[in-house]
Amino acid sequence: MFIINCPYCGEREQSEFKAGGEAHIIRPKQPTELSDDQWAEYLFMRKNIKGVQFERWVHTHGCRKWFNVVRDTSNDVIKAVYKMGEKPPTK
Amino acid sequence: MKNKYSLFSLVKNAFSYHENWEKAWKDPEPKKEYDAVIVGGGGHGLATAYYLAKKHNIKNIAVVEKGWIGGGNTGRNTTIIRSNYLWDASAGLYDHALKIWENLSQELNYNVMFSQRGVMNLAHNLQDVRDLKRRTHANRLNGIDAVYLNTEQVKKFCPIINTSPDIRYPVLGGTLQKRAGTARHDAVAWGYARGADEMGVDIIQNCEVKGIKRSGDSVEGIETTRGFIKTKKIGVVAAGHSSVIANMAGLRLPLESKPLQALVSEPVKPIIDTVVMSNAVHAYVSQSDKGELVIGAGTDDYISYSQKGSHDIVEGTLNAILELYPIFSRMRMLRQWGGIVDICPDASPIISKTSIKGLYFNCGWGTGGFKATPGSGDLFAHTIANDEPHKLNAAFNINRFVSGDLVDEHGAAAVAH
Repeated sequence: MFIINCPYCGEREQSEFKAGGEAHIIRPKQPTELSDDQWAEYLFMRKNIKGVQFERWVHTHGCRKWFNVVRDTSNDVIKAVYKMGEKPPTK
Repeated sequence: MKNKYSLFSLVKNAFSYHENWEKAWKDPEPKKEYDAVIVGGGGHGLATAYYLAKKHNIKNIAVVEKGWIGGGNTGRNTTIIRSNYLWDASAGLYDHALKIWENLSQELNYNVMFSQRGVMNLAHNLQDVRDLKRRTHANRLNGIDAVYLNTEQVKKFCPIINTSPDIRYPVLGGTLQKRAGTARHDAVAWGYARGADEMGVDIIQNCEVKGIKRSGDSVEGIETTRGFIKTKKIGVVAAGHSSVIANMAGLRLPLESKPLQALVSEPVKPIIDTVVMSNAVHAYVSQSDKGELVIGAGTDDYISYSQKGSHDIVEGTLNAILELYPIFSRMRMLRQWGGIVDICPDASPIISKTSIKGLYFNCGWGTGGFKATPGSGDLFAHTIANDEPHKLNAAFNINRFVSGDLVDEHGAAAVAH
């Protein structure tokens, strides 16, 4: 259990949010041209990082907006929060 | 040769105040090279080593474990064993395991306290009723014992359940698998460890894998906190940490690791003599031999390796438990904990070769791996020894995420993931 700083609503309990998994997975522009391997890679394969991960969250019980979070999955400490479309922080 | 555990050995050791029992397994230094190395000293890993030595005559094996054996999910689960899965592939896999469970204490000469007290799955809405009836039929076609119970029969089998029609999620029926039940989780790890050790397997604890050495497309060995170990075959059974090991080998897996919580109450006199699982409201309960209620909650939806989950998950589970069992309203909880479960997109495991020669993965058991421990070890040992899957785990290859031939047990498995 931890607090997430929603970029639109401010600090709220994590239970108000829903996790959307790994961020910055780009949907292929021409899915029909992909091989089965490439499609599986896009659809199923995940980094599932132990450590600092870039991920998506949605404020389900709040503004219902999606945004990105940088979180250390080994201890659930959040390093940064940024809006969709913004560049991920490098530090 | 180890001394057999028996009534005679118990009496004999009583005369020396139980101070001279031999160690159940040794604490060896890692050798420079092994024929096979199993990464992960949980139930599945130890069972794999046991069957590799016993059935495939590979004796020069090491099991490397970063902590202590059975200290991960083996010691953290709610010990439920059943095989009432919907799809043929899963039914074959889990019933294979259940059949081994039935004779495991004798085989290992170690009491795993397997108790076939039955597992009941409840239906709370019309769709549950349809799904459970369908699953009952599928189970019976696969030779797995299953019966569908109406509300009165549920009440008769487990009288403390609140079957009042005016609760939020009324009990409309349920399924019962009588061969299902529970076992002592620690004893499973210890029994397999003792059995494997006796056949010459080195069980190396406090030995964390730091890297996998490859030359081209095959493996050469593992870097560990206790030095480099050379081997041509690596079987990874690292549960929640499978992706971490896969990343070391430059491999990607379709897994997400999430916290799954459980809790136990203070011990009380026998009150519930079966296992009751409820998919829709996500509450499982059974009673341990010590008298504690063992309660399983759901997974959190975010990736985490922190072995602790959110409070609201536990709260939701306990709300459901209290509605179904009003008699538990004044029970106090003793302990609560989390384990990290590796979940596949289709909620079925992976027991498979990989694109790297000599590297095998047994992972993705998600929220329900304990029940499969003996079968998983047996089939994974077969896969490693022959470099080919057994027919029972052929469907659980890693390539199914490319071919699309998934074993979709999400929801169908009588449990929400």
